[in-house]
Amino acid sequence: MELLFSLVTGVLSASGIYLLLRGRTFSIIVGLALLSYAVNLFLFSTGGLHTHSAAVIGESAAPADPLPQALVLTAIVIGFAMTAFVVILAIRARAELGNDHVDGKQGEEGSTR
Amino acid sequence: MSQHLLVFPILLPMLTALALLLMGQAPSQLQRRISIASTSLLVALSGVLLVHANSDVISVYNLGNWQAPYGIVLVLDRLSALMVALTAVLALGCILFASAGDDARGSNFHGIFQLQLLGLNGAFLTGDLFNLFVFFEILLLASYALLMHGGGKARIGAGLHYVVLNLVGSALFLIALGVLYGATGTLNMADMGYRITQLEEGNAALVTAGALLLTVVFSLKAAILPLYFWLPSTYASAPAPVAALFAIMTKVGLYALLRIQTLIFSESPAIVYIDAWLWWGGLATLLLAGIGALAARDLRTLVAYLVLVSVGTLMSGAGMGHISGTGALLYYLVHTTLIAGALFLLAELIGLQRGKAGTRLVRARKLQQSTLLGSMFLVGAVAMAGLPPLAGALGKLLLMQAADAFQRFWLWPLLLLAGLAAMIALSRAGSVFFWASYKGAPSGPRVTSLQLSGVTWLLVSAPLLVLFAGPVSHYTQATAEQLASPQHTIQTILPDVNAADFALRPEGDH
Repeated sequence: MELLFSLVTGVLSASGIYLLLRGRTFSIIVGLALLSYAVNLFLFSTGGLHTHSAAVIGESAAPADPLPQALVLTAIVIGFAMTAFVVILAIRARAELGNDHVDGKQGEEGSTR
Repeated sequence: MSQHLLVFPILLPMLTALALLLMGQAPSQLQRRISIASTSLLVALSGVLLVHANSDVISVYNLGNWQAPYGIVLVLDRLSALMVALTAVLALGCILFASAGDDARGSNFHGIFQLQLLGLNGAFLTGDLFNLFVFFEILLLASYALLMHGGGKARIGAGLHYVVLNLVGSALFLIALGVLYGATGTLNMADMGYRITQLEEGNAALVTAGALLLTVVFSLKAAILPLYFWLPSTYASAPAPVAALFAIMTKVGLYALLRIQTLIFSESPAIVYIDAWLWWGGLATLLLAGIGALAARDLRTLVAYLVLVSVGTLMSGAGMGHISGTGALLYYLVHTTLIAGALFLLAELIGLQRGKAGTRLVRARKLQQSTLLGSMFLVGAVAMAGLPPLAGALGKLLLMQAADAFQRFWLWPLLLLAGLAAMIALSRAGSVFFWASYKGAPSGPRVTSLQLSGVTWLLVSAPLLVLFAGPVSHYTQATAEQLASPQHTIQTILPDVNAADFALRPEGDH
């Protein structure tokens, strides 16, 4: 399970960073979303990976650490608000600047940058 | 009552913000009065906290009465009190200036401004790393909205970069928190600092990784060399009162760096890397920002680069890694934050009276009130470039004295060169604005009394900091000494920790 979990986190953050480095706001937003998924999964795993252990004392023999779950919840809420904000900002930038390039200038014709 | 005093710098802006947001989007006279009154109250409150902290007591406030390290704590020591007071003083100047009409260019200015203060005060007072993250997000979200206030192409373009960079920074912050929590099992800063001293070998590498990640995140906020390229365009395009308030934003990063450097990682092997990073990064920032100031073609960009010069100066002070360096940098910090704020406000006033040329360094029509603006610009420029007799020179002198023999070799030439660059750039700007003007009747709006009071409130700090240099530098020196003995802080926050667990540290070292 550890291997699968770390692979998922790694692939998510690698794709997120790749998309972040692209030149259009849409790919950047998708990249940010992927990166925040990776971060949330990573935070969740900081309490250790256990199966069949609830975060309540008495429910299971070895209760899981509840704090990472609380942290993830906070991080998800904040990340959600931030994604909403950056989407609106990107639309506003598209309207004001006339294109969706991060520098506000269109690249070369046919360039996918 | 008095034990609850600690939470008021957070509660007061929060309640004011809620009230203001409910009162409608366009600023009314009532909204302005409430906002100014609340910020003035914050200044008074932070004064009380400052006096309280000056008695060498570290006060701890357990939110919800949950004991540390299980609950979130607010901690007021000398450094927190100083930063909260600085924020309040700067904010009052900005809000006075904004009330003259800048607040009407977009919606909800005053409400968001108070939210920004909530985030700033919270970040300075909290004693919990995750809570610090939350307050960072509050202040960042408020700063995004304030930066975009009034709209316009330049703001949206610069804002997009700023937002995306800070979101990536937040992701790194969370990863660092995860690593540190996994390695130490706590998020309370004092508890983490204590547990790192008791750590077994296996987790030391993880702690170092987490520490360096945190350093990168805070360096992004503080704008040190490889991570500062967002700052000039962002600050230059922000509305004047917002840019002035942002002068404290880089100092939030510095504050967080000082905290982790002294309280959390002072006993960890990572401290060597952190000190080295701050020292060399600070020096490099100093050099490049000096060149940037010379190359700036606009007064706002110029002031933004001068903010970077001060960041470089402060960081190299933090990188010295000894008490007198920290004490000196704190004195310089108070001065540079207020003067940078004042210069941003002045730039706006100058730009308004120059018509289309704005703040660009080109010949334009004569200023309406060139004597008034010119004399204020002179005071601001002398203070910012660090010339005697104002506080900038004293701050630099303290820093140069604090450096030891090897450090002097690097710091003195760079600091003096950056000062020279700032002086040349500012005098060039001043002579273009006040002497190289076309003939013809001046026009443009006159400075209103509110704008004047905002700028004067901030500028007056330069002579005041010289007059009261004794008490202020005594306070900052005591702050540095308090920071250098984290075991005292740890014992105040966690009374159960055994004093014998701390090995005695060598004098004058973190």
